[in-house]
Amino acid sequence: MGIDTVLWSKLVTGMTLGFHAIFATIGVGIPLMIAIAEFIGIRKQDSHYALMAKRWARGFVISVAVGVVTGTAISLQLALVWPNFMKLAGNVIALPLFMEVFAFFFEAIFLGIYLYTWDRFKNPYIHWLLTIPIVAGAGMSAVFITTVNGFMNQPGGFTMQGGQFTAVNPVQAMLNTATFSKVFHVLSSAYLTGAALLAGIAAFTMLRKGVTGYHKKALKLMMAVVMLFGLLNTVAGDVSAKFLAEHQPEKLAAAEWHFETESGADLILLGWLNAEHQIIGALHLPKILSFLAFGNFNAKVTGLNEFPSDEQPPLLVHYFFDLMAGIGFALLGISVLYFLFALWKKRNEHNKWLLRIIALGAPLAFLGVELGWFYAELGRQPWILRGYMRVEEAATTSPSVRILFFLFLLLYIVLGMVSVLVLRRLFNNNPAETEMEKRAQHAGDKRTGKGAHA
Amino acid sequence: MSYHLIGISVLWLFLYGYLIIASIDFGAGFFAFYARLTKQDPLINRLISRYLSPVWEITNVFFVFFYIGMIGFFPDTAYYYGSALLVPGSVAIVLLAIRGSFYAFENYGSKNNIVYLFLYGASGLLIPASLSVTLALSEGGFILKQDQTVSLDYWALFTNPLSWSIVGLAIVSVLFISACFLAFYATRAEDHAALKLMRTYALFWSTPTIIIALTAFIYLGQHNERHYQNMMDLWWLLALSIAFFMIAMWLLYRGRRYGLAFVCIMLQFFCAFFAYGIGQYPYILDPYITIQSSVTSSSMGFALVVVFIGGMCLLIPSLILVFKLFLFDADYVKGKK
Repeated sequence: MGIDTVLWSKLVTGMTLGFHAIFATIGVGIPLMIAIAEFIGIRKQDSHYALMAKRWARGFVISVAVGVVTGTAISLQLALVWPNFMKLAGNVIALPLFMEVFAFFFEAIFLGIYLYTWDRFKNPYIHWLLTIPIVAGAGMSAVFITTVNGFMNQPGGFTMQGGQFTAVNPVQAMLNTATFSKVFHVLSSAYLTGAALLAGIAAFTMLRKGVTGYHKKALKLMMAVVMLFGLLNTVAGDVSAKFLAEHQPEKLAAAEWHFETESGADLILLGWLNAEHQIIGALHLPKILSFLAFGNFNAKVTGLNEFPSDEQPPLLVHYFFDLMAGIGFALLGISVLYFLFALWKKRNEHNKWLLRIIALGAPLAFLGVELGWFYAELGRQPWILRGYMRVEEAATTSPSVRILFFLFLLLYIVLGMVSVLVLRRLFNNNPAETEMEKRAQHAGDKRTGKGAHA
Repeated sequence: MSYHLIGISVLWLFLYGYLIIASIDFGAGFFAFYARLTKQDPLINRLISRYLSPVWEITNVFFVFFYIGMIGFFPDTAYYYGSALLVPGSVAIVLLAIRGSFYAFENYGSKNNIVYLFLYGASGLLIPASLSVTLALSEGGFILKQDQTVSLDYWALFTNPLSWSIVGLAIVSVLFISACFLAFYATRAEDHAALKLMRTYALFWSTPTIIIALTAFIYLGQHNERHYQNMMDLWWLLALSIAFFMIAMWLLYRGRRYGLAFVCIMLQFFCAFFAYGIGQYPYILDPYITIQSSVTSSSMGFALVVVFIGGMCLLIPSLILVFKLFLFDADYVKGKK
């Protein structure tokens, strides 16, 4: 029964995090896009961009609400499902959690103001300024939460005495060795995913309803952002791999199926394992793993066999890692392709195939984020706090956690379905072009004094 | 002042803040549903959504803030309450989720959907009921520790009059506070029809509030003698609470100064809530957790206090901005913006 409870605890938390990751990523990524669009709209005096900001903000609110709801769920579940973990580590991780609440509070306040003050300021830049606390609040939320995840991977800032953490230095715990690479990767991938989502929506709409000025502008703007953050994200991934090679070699080794410690290690792509743990059908890139891990083709990379077998992460993460990295490169590639087509005049950058690929990029980006998180979490197994506490020691002992899995599953299905329905209704019944005309008409009425709003 | 006192004072203040603003929110949910059933919804529902739409996330954050602060200052609470409350806590999460999604979706149809409106109204009463159970648990006798396992004695909890009276008190207070605030908001909006309705609700729910409060107090005396005696020593706080209640009732009855009436109700609850809290000192969970035994390390306490002060410097001006824009901006309240 003990094992069973642990498994269900993992499933509940994994499910909540997997669901939350979608909305959290949108929550961090989209505000920046809204800010960029509104700024360009004011600079260029182009109402298309203002409308973009407005429509994105409207959709964003829906996902933020679901994010708040699932975020609240996960914060409560930390204590409910993992009481022993919180008892041990609550002492240390409370600070970043506390700061995250402040950051989110800050964001929520300004988001509320932003949404309800579109036409209340004479100077449009004042309204735009409201996006800064929103972007900053969302970004800092991600930073603080990511430091907690960093701490679980690289616990530090305390001494262990008699089964308890003493001499706690919470700031040092937050600035653990994993924090920098993780924060960098989380932020760059969130902005990349946000832009890929909005670009994908623009491309999808153009495929279904034809090319229009509004969607063209949205696509071009978002493709530029995809390219920028695609590049940054590649750098972040590289930094993360180098961090793992140095500080958490078993995680990298599991992802790369790198069993024996050796110099000039090959990079192994895909493939599968037979019963004797031999790799079959994989693509070997000679010495590349050493290069990626240490920037030196002949560097020595620690293999998985150096670790006791009950401290090895599951080998499944190899696929998560390869797919995640593949998606990251694919998104960057799509944006490069788009601008090549745009520059090379003969090929229309709005041709059907390119639009289809861009539209596909949106779900791929989210898949990439999910795979990345599953890699990050499974790659830490069997530890919940690497080196200090194993997952099975942390879980609740209450067998009810099994029923709760189904309760939450139902909740997420309902929430997911309702948000999709609402978003569809919100945008399908109100295409950008119609809204543009209405606004133009409204503005015209105002000028001639016929405005009928009281 | 030591960190455990600073910590518990700040947390208790925040819980008080949550009690007030969440009551407004929860009660409004029930009134929205009730008004729909009695076909009075055109009167008040616009008023309700006008006020609540911009602030619901803030309400939710107050709760998370209290909860995270509690774990931060007193990590043992996570272990005891977390182990014991897996099921009821999860139910509260689901209710909060339903409620949060109502706000997200309300502008896009859920407001007109009677099922959703029912869930919204029902969660407005069930959430305070489920959260207030924690107060009953803290009195001791319900959470048991045997060897290394912490568990909740459901039978003792459900057969105890104290837990039921606390739940009842939570529900009626929610309705009372909310009705009074909405009456005040209606005067700001110069919406006389809504004002009349909300004033009736406020007057209606006042008597049960005070009766159930006294009942809960009596049952507390039977369940936890120490806490009861401590509160009796703070008789002046309780007397103040009743005095503020009387002033508020008089103002409501005379039908004037609704703002002042609401302030009096806030003070009424402030006095009672702090009498309860101070009376419970030093326990967070009788008899397992006291604030001295469970307080976090001094370096963590220091860091939390610094973050708290810094955070307040950011948040208070922003909150003032929100209030200026939405609550005290007459044109917005009236629906002209």
